[in-house]
Amino acid sequence: MTTAPKRILMAKTGLDGHWRGPTIVARALRDAGFEVIMVGMVTADEVVRAAIDEDVDLVGLNIGGHVDVAERAIAAIREARPELPIFCGGVVPPWAKKRLEEKGVEVYPPGSQLPEIVDAARRLTRWQAD
Amino acid sequence: MSSAAPLQELFDRGRRGERGALARLLSVAEAGGAQAAQLDALCAAAAAPRARSIGITGAPGAGKSTLTAALLGVARNADQRAAVLAIDPSSPLTGGAILGDRVRMHQAAVDEGVFIRSMASRGQQGGLAQAASLGVRVLEACGWPWILLETVGIGQVEVEISGRADLVVVVLNPGWGDEIQANKAGLMEVADIFVINKADREGVAQTRRDIEGAIAARPGGQQIPVIETIATRGEGVPELWQAIVERHAALDASGELAVRRRARIAAELESAALSALRGRLAAAMAAEEGVRLRERIASGDCGIHEGVATLLGNIVRD
Repeated sequence: MTTAPKRILMAKTGLDGHWRGPTIVARALRDAGFEVIMVGMVTADEVVRAAIDEDVDLVGLNIGGHVDVAERAIAAIREARPELPIFCGGVVPPWAKKRLEEKGVEVYPPGSQLPEIVDAARRLTRWQAD
Repeated sequence: MSSAAPLQELFDRGRRGERGALARLLSVAEAGGAQAAQLDALCAAAAAPRARSIGITGAPGAGKSTLTAALLGVARNADQRAAVLAIDPSSPLTGGAILGDRVRMHQAAVDEGVFIRSMASRGQQGGLAQAASLGVRVLEACGWPWILLETVGIGQVEVEISGRADLVVVVLNPGWGDEIQANKAGLMEVADIFVINKADREGVAQTRRDIEGAIAARPGGQQIPVIETIATRGEGVPELWQAIVERHAALDASGELAVRRRARIAAELESAALSALRGRLAAAMAAEEGVRLRERIASGDCGIHEGVATLLGNIVRD
C-alpha cells in the first residue's frame, strides 16, 4: 500500500479572471495522482483558511499580474503555516520572480512545461505516486 | 501529515476548537490504518453532543455545492455553526482528484462558524468516501452541531448517503421527469426532502408533479417536502433550511432518528469490516499460497469454490 495522496490547494489571486492556466495545471497534477483542491479567485484570508481547513501539503498560487496581492497571500500563509511550501504560476514579471524566489516561493512563469511543474509538486511534497 | 504530535494531544486540541488540529485529524481519518482506528476509538470515548448530519445528494450539475453554500449562509444567519464534508470523485486510474466544491463557497469560507473540508472518494463507490463516516464522527467530537455531507454527483443507485446521514436532501432540476422515472428505485426512495433547484427554468410544475407522483406510494410520502430554490440567488433557501430543521425534529420525536442511527452502526460496521477483508484478501491473493492456489485451479487440481474456501480459511487464520 502506498501513502495517501498529497493534497494541493490551487488558488488565484488578483482580479484577472483567466482559469485556463490553473485548470490545465490542476489536471496534470490530478493525473499524477495528487488531490487538487480548487478555490477559484480568493482573498489572502480565504487562501489561508483553505490551507488550514483542507490540511494541504502544498499551495499553488496563480498570479494574475497583481504581485502585491499574491505577496499578501504568501505572507499570510507563512504566518499561519510556516512549513507549508508554495509555488506560483501565471503572469509574473521578471523582477517579481526574483522577489518571490527570495521568499522561498518557486515560480513557474508562462512557458513552463507541465512535467516540470508536476516534478516540482512531487519534490515539494516529498511524494512519489506509484 | 507533517505533525508528529501524538494523536491524543491532537484530538484534545481539536476538541478545544483549534481548526488546524481538526484539519489534521480529518487527514488522519482519510489516511486510514492504525492511526485512523485509534482516532475512531477516541471519538467513541469522547462525550460530545450528537451532531445533526444532513446528506445533500443529486446528479452532477444539479447545484449541490451552490445550495450547500447558500444553506451555510442561512444557518449562520440563524446563529448556527455548520461544517461541510464535500466529496468529489477520485480518478480510478491515477487515484488523483480535482476537488472543486469550494469554488462555490467563497462567502462562507472565511467565517469562523463554518468549517469546509473537501474529500476525494478514493476508490469508494456509492457517492461517499470511506473516510466520510469517521470524518463526521471527528467533526461531531470537535463540537460541530450541524454537518452537511455533500456527495459526489450520483446517478440512480449510489445511495449510500441514506445510511450515513440523519436526513437526506435530494437535489433535482426542472425538466428531469425522465430522470425521476429512471431513479424511482434509488434516489427517490432515500429522500427526506426534495429540492427543485434552478427553479427559474422551465418545467418546474411538471417536475413537481413527477416527484409527487413518485413519492405518493411511499409510506408517509405526503410528508416529504418538495422545495423550489434558486441557489445562486439564495431564493427558497431559508425555506429549505426551515424544512431541514423541522424534518430533523420530527424524525427525532417519532423515534425514527434513533432507528436510523442504529442502522447506521450496522452499515458502518459492515463497510469497515468489508474494507478490512478486502485488504486481507488482496494480500492473501498475492501471497505464495495464493499464487499456488491459482496454479492448482488452472491445472484442474481444484475448483473455484474449493479455492474460495481455502483462501477465506487463510484470511481468517492470519
